[in-house]
Amino acid sequence: MSQNLPALLVVVPMLLAPLAALLNRSGPAWAVATAGIWFSFVTAIQLLQRVMAEGAITYAMGGWAAPIGIELRIDLASAFVVVIVSSIGAIGVLYARTSVAAEISEDRHALFYAALLLNVCGLLGISVTGDMFNVFVFLEISSLSAYSMIALGQDRRALTSAFQYLIMGSVGATFIVIGIGLLWVMTGSLAMMDLAERIPMVWESGQGDRTIAVAFTFLTVGVTLKLALFPLHLWLPNAYTYSPSAVTGYMAATSTKVSVYLLMRFFFTVFGKEFSFEQMQLDMVLMPLALVAILAMSLVAIYQTNVKRLLAFSSVAQVGYMVLGISFGSVLGIAAGIIHLFNHAVMKGALFMAMGCVMYRIGSVRIEDMKGLGKAMPWTMGAFVGGGLSMIGVPLTVGFVSKWYLVQAALAEGRWFVAAIVMVGSLMALIYVWKVVEVAYFQRREDEAEIREAPLGLLIPTYALVAASFWFGIDAGTTSSVAISAAETLLGVMP
Amino acid sequence: MDDRVILRVGTKILSPFILLFALYVQFHGDFGPGGGFQAGVIFAAAFVLHALVFGLGNAVKVMPPKVAYVCGAGGVALYLAVGYLSMFRGGEFLNYSYLFGVYGYEHDPTHGQHIGIIGIELGVLITVFGVMVALFYAFAGRRRIDP
Repeated sequence: MSQNLPALLVVVPMLLAPLAALLNRSGPAWAVATAGIWFSFVTAIQLLQRVMAEGAITYAMGGWAAPIGIELRIDLASAFVVVIVSSIGAIGVLYARTSVAAEISEDRHALFYAALLLNVCGLLGISVTGDMFNVFVFLEISSLSAYSMIALGQDRRALTSAFQYLIMGSVGATFIVIGIGLLWVMTGSLAMMDLAERIPMVWESGQGDRTIAVAFTFLTVGVTLKLALFPLHLWLPNAYTYSPSAVTGYMAATSTKVSVYLLMRFFFTVFGKEFSFEQMQLDMVLMPLALVAILAMSLVAIYQTNVKRLLAFSSVAQVGYMVLGISFGSVLGIAAGIIHLFNHAVMKGALFMAMGCVMYRIGSVRIEDMKGLGKAMPWTMGAFVGGGLSMIGVPLTVGFVSKWYLVQAALAEGRWFVAAIVMVGSLMALIYVWKVVEVAYFQRREDEAEIREAPLGLLIPTYALVAASFWFGIDAGTTSSVAISAAETLLGVMP
Repeated sequence: MDDRVILRVGTKILSPFILLFALYVQFHGDFGPGGGFQAGVIFAAAFVLHALVFGLGNAVKVMPPKVAYVCGAGGVALYLAVGYLSMFRGGEFLNYSYLFGVYGYEHDPTHGQHIGIIGIELGVLITVFGVMVALFYAFAGRRRIDP
């Protein structure tokens, strides 16, 4: 069976999703979801090891080889993203048991777990496929399940924010499919590796080069909408604020990351770095937007009164860091972007999960309601501080590792200004994390004695992520060496 | 619509033909335009027509929401089951050529390909049909119809 692992990674969660829906009871559906996502996690680790040892793995779906059939292609970059998604999913599903029981009505639990499995399946599918249209299909699977999970939030505004995300997400998906369609018209191929060979031929022939440029633009705008790059981020804050806590923690750590991966896949594998950065001058577009995202969204985050919303705006700022790394177009820059994919997933997951614990006990995540929680829920707020330190970029946390590589990449190109903005972004993160910490630790509340610590079912997964954010901050060699090799594979400069 | 005789009788006459046409589209999908998705929509259309003419209450008796729910999930499972079966028999996921044949006996791979495509198209039909009916119930019912 080991040669089928790339397919099983995706189709096991896919098969278990209808099974969870058919079981239609909370406990069994959760057990099925846990089994499926943990299977994917174990498979992902195995695949990563195999890719590191042997190089890219390909798998022909249905026995049809690449340009005609659909090919799954796992190289180092995709294996790394697959590990991120499945590990966060594996921790998220453990967290979901308690959190979902408190926040979602009993009769919808089975459907929730089915949607979660489909979301994992879609995100993993995007990461491993080597076929452009397949990307779109998996993107829709993951997006549709995400909309329905967001709509399950307690607050009635969850419905409008899910609808807003549905509209924006569908526009993004339509742009992507238009881009794919234009590429197909010009080259007659949908397989990524095949396109990578054919696009330069069409471009150089001079016939239809404008179509290729338009396709490139459509794909860029579509994917940046999905990953919430600065001016296209409007769906994200509401979606993250009003969705159930378990969904926020899981989605914030995975869905935008996969879109960032997709952006890299399109720019570097399908179109090639030379086309993207020299002919289309992508860096001139992405870098200013990323810098504005870091500054403006951090500033907006400072003024939020709802902590989930604050963290959501901070996510948009953090996406700015990842895109900034990509916009350098150098191995170091892209590696910084990839490292930040993982690091941000870990720390933002921890922060949102800590907020889920607060939600579980006091039913609100507004800053003024969090007075005195440092005393009432010491472990929960401890996790928040741990994640917050990472957000700021304190040494020995993953946040520091990301910023270190990002600043190095900026300095390697002599862009002092960019490095300075990264630093300013860190300082702004200090302000918004401190805002919460100050209220929680230095203000008193009357009913302090009545509030108990969050249950272990929530705390253990939260602390797993907090621990990871310190572990990979201290032992940064593992992630950064994988990320650097992944960046080299993407750029095609093998060592 | 108790007094609209033409509508009631017309629906009764049409319904079996709509269902039959759905199956025609389904099996035609192997060779030409058509297939599970279109067939599923047409199949569901018969039930939607029934609900429009005879009322939602009667339609729910013919096709309980629970059945639509199970169809929606079951079809996907059938589709994937074909994929898994071909994988367990030594081929890639969804490689129908491996669906038939015992060790030692060479079996014509085209048999597997025929049955395989029918199997997955049937899965698509069942899912699309179930989801279409469930969607109609969701929009038509004023309150939520629980599966």
